[in-house]
Amino acid sequence: MKKIEAIIRKSKFEDVKLALHEAGIEWFSYWDITGLGKSTEEQVVRGQVFKSGYIQRRMISIVVRDINLEKTVNAILNSAWTGETGDGKLFVSDIQETFRIRTKESGPDSLYNK
Amino acid sequence: MKKLIFSLAALCTAFSSTLCAQTVGTAVPTTPKIDGGDTAWMIVATAFVLLMSIPGLALFYGGLVRRKNVLNVFMQVFILVAVITVEWVVFGYSNSFGSNSVAALKPFIGDFHWAFLNNINIGDLSPYFISHSQMGADGHAVGTIPHLLFVVYQGMFAIITPALIIGAFAERINFKGFLIFSILWAVFIYNPVTHWIWSTDGWLYKLGTLDFAGGIVVHINAGIAAIIMAIMLGKRRDYKGHAIPAHNITYVVIGAGLLWVGWFGFNAGSGLAADGLAVNALIVTHLAGATAALTWALMDWIIDKRPTVVGISTGAIAGLATITPAAGFVGVGGALIIGIVSSLICFAMVAYIKPKFGYDDSLDAFGVHGIGGVIGSILVGVLATPMVQSAYSGAAYGNWHQLWVQLLAVGVTIAFSGVGTFLLFKLTDKLVGVRVNDIHEAIGLDETQHGETAYTVFD
Repeated sequence: MKKIEAIIRKSKFEDVKLALHEAGIEWFSYWDITGLGKSTEEQVVRGQVFKSGYIQRRMISIVVRDINLEKTVNAILNSAWTGETGDGKLFVSDIQETFRIRTKESGPDSLYNK
Repeated sequence: MKKLIFSLAALCTAFSSTLCAQTVGTAVPTTPKIDGGDTAWMIVATAFVLLMSIPGLALFYGGLVRRKNVLNVFMQVFILVAVITVEWVVFGYSNSFGSNSVAALKPFIGDFHWAFLNNINIGDLSPYFISHSQMGADGHAVGTIPHLLFVVYQGMFAIITPALIIGAFAERINFKGFLIFSILWAVFIYNPVTHWIWSTDGWLYKLGTLDFAGGIVVHINAGIAAIIMAIMLGKRRDYKGHAIPAHNITYVVIGAGLLWVGWFGFNAGSGLAADGLAVNALIVTHLAGATAALTWALMDWIIDKRPTVVGISTGAIAGLATITPAAGFVGVGGALIIGIVSSLICFAMVAYIKPKFGYDDSLDAFGVHGIGGVIGSILVGVLATPMVQSAYSGAAYGNWHQLWVQLLAVGVTIAFSGVGTFLLFKLTDKLVGVRVNDIHEAIGLDETQHGETAYTVFD
């Protein structure tokens, strides 16, 4: 089992959502995040135009069975892409164990509805 | 006889300026009566002006600061409502609107004979009035609303004026220093300036200064205090020469909307009557706010490609602040000019001039209220039309004298508020210190000054 976490542009969220659904992902979590670093984006406040290091993105998180890893990753990579700086990052990590709380079943089977 | 009294009262209104308490000849007094319509409207207007402070201004400013400081701003506005109300009743009203038994001080400050509202009875009629007046029992002309209603209505102005200054020092002032400074400022700056311009004994009043609802008394006064505080207190630790983005723009919009609604009480109530003058003030206020909002949005759109929500809200406030001194003196044409000019100048002030000078007026209390007040208080000397109040006209109608009077009153208030604020800042800094330490500023004032955070969810 793998966890896929991706930081994507808010403007690409709808595309990524569709791509994931097309790839057979039934469910995922997401939240808004703010990144802070050397990169900047233009902001306008009361007529003042300036570069801000605080950058708004969206993070999505999915745990998949190993067989679904490749198509899920590809779905995100293709749908979140614009080619401009700031398209985001994608991380894959191992998941040691998974439980479904209702039935108490464990392992990869608990990740999807049969 | 009744006719004579009415015409004498009308004469009195015509020949004195904004607020009037002249003795009218030797006419035989009749029992003066409270006017139900005027009184009902003024009670509502009083509530409207309170609404401007909490929650209007609190939301407007609170939305513009960062998440870690929003409660601190709410608290600052809220405690001013509480503390200035007490100050006003204890001696503020007497100092501002009372006369003085020492003749030499009469033009400058009231004494304490109305302290704790002593000598003001429940049946007394307001000694201050504009268009509606009648013969009082003692041969003085009086208004048509209870004196106590005038006291509480004016109290709401005394509250919001120091609250406006919050916009300049937000996000870096310690609460104790803020509170002491604000009380001192209300006592030593607000009360005297109010006396000069609105008391019938005031020296600027006697010169014929026009300030219908507080362009000078409220907006210039607070705006100049704001710039002085911003400079004296120094920049916020995170200020990099440009605005720090608002944490909650929906608050900003709700706040601006409530301010706009409240402004109807502020301006249309300043005639102290429910009459045509009040309706004129209402329509020019609304029109100037709308024109300024539109102008700002268009400038955003043209210059920076997209019309912003913070921009249109700011524009509305700029227009409303600017029309304030003029609401009872200009017509629709004047309101349109004031709306456009206020937005153009305030936009330039906030977007270009402030960054050039580098001072950190956090929420543009000076750039919007101070500059708006100055523009409006000068423009009323140009645009005042005898079509609204026949006794008053500005330079555009041949009365250049009015413009010089306005410039003098504006200049004097800028100097007094500027120097006074500087001294009070120094005094407060000596007494308790005004700026929070760097760590507390970084953590945020909600946590460090009040031990609370705004968006915590404990179920």
